[in-house]
Amino acid sequence: MATEQTLTARVPLVAYLALEPEPHLMAQQCRACGARFFDRRNGCGSCGRPSFEPVPVAGTGHLRAFSIVHRAAPGVAVPFVSAIVETVDGATVRANLLDVPPEPAAIRLGMAVRLVTYPAGTDSEGTECVAFGFAPAEN
Amino acid sequence: MSDSVWILGASMTRFARHADRDLLDLASEAALGALEDGGVSVQDLDVLACGSLFAANAGVGQQLLGQIGQTGISVYNVANACATGATAVRVGVMAIRSGEASMALAVGAEKMGKMGLLGGSRGPAEPPKVFEPEGRFGSVRSVEGILGTKTMPGVFAQAGMRYAHDHPDVGFEQFAKVAHKNHQHSTLNPLAQYRKEFSLDEIKASPMVAYPNTLLMCCPTGDGAAAAVLVSGERLRTLSADQRRRAVKLSASVLTSDPYVEGGQAQPDVNTLTRNAACAAYEQAGVAPEDLDLVELHDCFASAELLHYDNLGLCAPGGAGDFIDSGAPYRHGALPVNVSGGLISKGHPIGATGVANIYEVAAHLRGEAGERQIPDARVGLAHVIGLGSSCCVHILERSAA
Repeated sequence: MATEQTLTARVPLVAYLALEPEPHLMAQQCRACGARFFDRRNGCGSCGRPSFEPVPVAGTGHLRAFSIVHRAAPGVAVPFVSAIVETVDGATVRANLLDVPPEPAAIRLGMAVRLVTYPAGTDSEGTECVAFGFAPAEN
Repeated sequence: MSDSVWILGASMTRFARHADRDLLDLASEAALGALEDGGVSVQDLDVLACGSLFAANAGVGQQLLGQIGQTGISVYNVANACATGATAVRVGVMAIRSGEASMALAVGAEKMGKMGLLGGSRGPAEPPKVFEPEGRFGSVRSVEGILGTKTMPGVFAQAGMRYAHDHPDVGFEQFAKVAHKNHQHSTLNPLAQYRKEFSLDEIKASPMVAYPNTLLMCCPTGDGAAAAVLVSGERLRTLSADQRRRAVKLSASVLTSDPYVEGGQAQPDVNTLTRNAACAAYEQAGVAPEDLDLVELHDCFASAELLHYDNLGLCAPGGAGDFIDSGAPYRHGALPVNVSGGLISKGHPIGATGVANIYEVAAHLRGEAGERQIPDARVGLAHVIGLGSSCCVHILERSAA
């Protein structure tokens, strides 16, 4: 039981996905105005100040908007559901909506969703990429 | 400083796939057409502002003068995403308002061919050899199709669905009606890329690009150019009675970028900067949305046009669904929108678009729009938005003289 098969090295798809202790998103929050960003920052797009602190973002929220994408660049598997999720702590995140058929009738604006992670490929050194998306949440 | 800015002449090429004509052929046709329409020559110009997005580093403005007359005037080459052409007009307006110029030529030209889908990166068929975090988000591989989409049809689909989230009377049907209207309108426009009417059912059944936008709800890529000659009020008074009669007053010219909003990193906010531009333009012109006789707005996708009914104040707040359902934006409705066919059907050679919609509004205000003329049009609005983002709004008024 104690010896699990977790010797595989893992890297998050993006730097703002933290894998431990449980997968969650991390934002850079402006110390002056509280605006949150997911990228490397030079300053705050809201107030212009330069100081940030990392803060966790809630993994639950609701579906604010979506598109079912049928045409994409070569190499991108279609169809997929692109979702804009508003988390319960008020952040906005874009990711695929998972575990639903890519059909309008199966997707309800406002539906509750939760963050999920899954493996998205392995590189030549055996390192596994961990991606995230959102899946319908109970209730 | 000038007291007013007027459109003295305007012209556009047909929007199409001009396989046998290059960017300079198109830009020259539009520029010479606008000069002839205004009754002036290249010798009369003080400044040229030239917009072309995909040839932004080619010095298209100087190349154009090389074909129509190298008078040595200031040239400003501009690129501002889908607001490129309107930004060229805006540069001309600023030059005249500042008093440094009394006559300016604004040109927008683009050669895209069958460029296909814009926005959104390619997805690597295979993961990279070694995962290394790259870029500002520290991504180890392409995120398109994993973390949603950045393709233009998808981004504007999401913008429309966000409106639908807050307004349950809006959905696939209302978005489809926008495309129905614009395809119907373009049948009367000889300069449109497409001139074919489609039924609502045909639009809804056409191949899905990014729900709710089907293929017939997306603008095509293409080639084309448009140009406008701008003149100060003082200089206009020295011109002929016929030139003064046909001149159209540019009573507002506003360019905004996107102010910070929460969530703008995940989904571009196309609303706030449009609302800001519209408010400033109405105030500058001293007109209200109720005064408008026609509007040419940025319908890059059907889902986008619906949002801008609300953003530009054309309908009651939250009433975009009712507005299209009532038929108001059809050419015989209460406030015709995109009687040219819009980007969806007239076409969207990116750099040309923001000058072409000014050409369209001016044609109606002059009573020279032929078969598609909106009767007795006196005031019109032209709007574009380029993601990134820039929004440009111009308000035009028929000459009182």
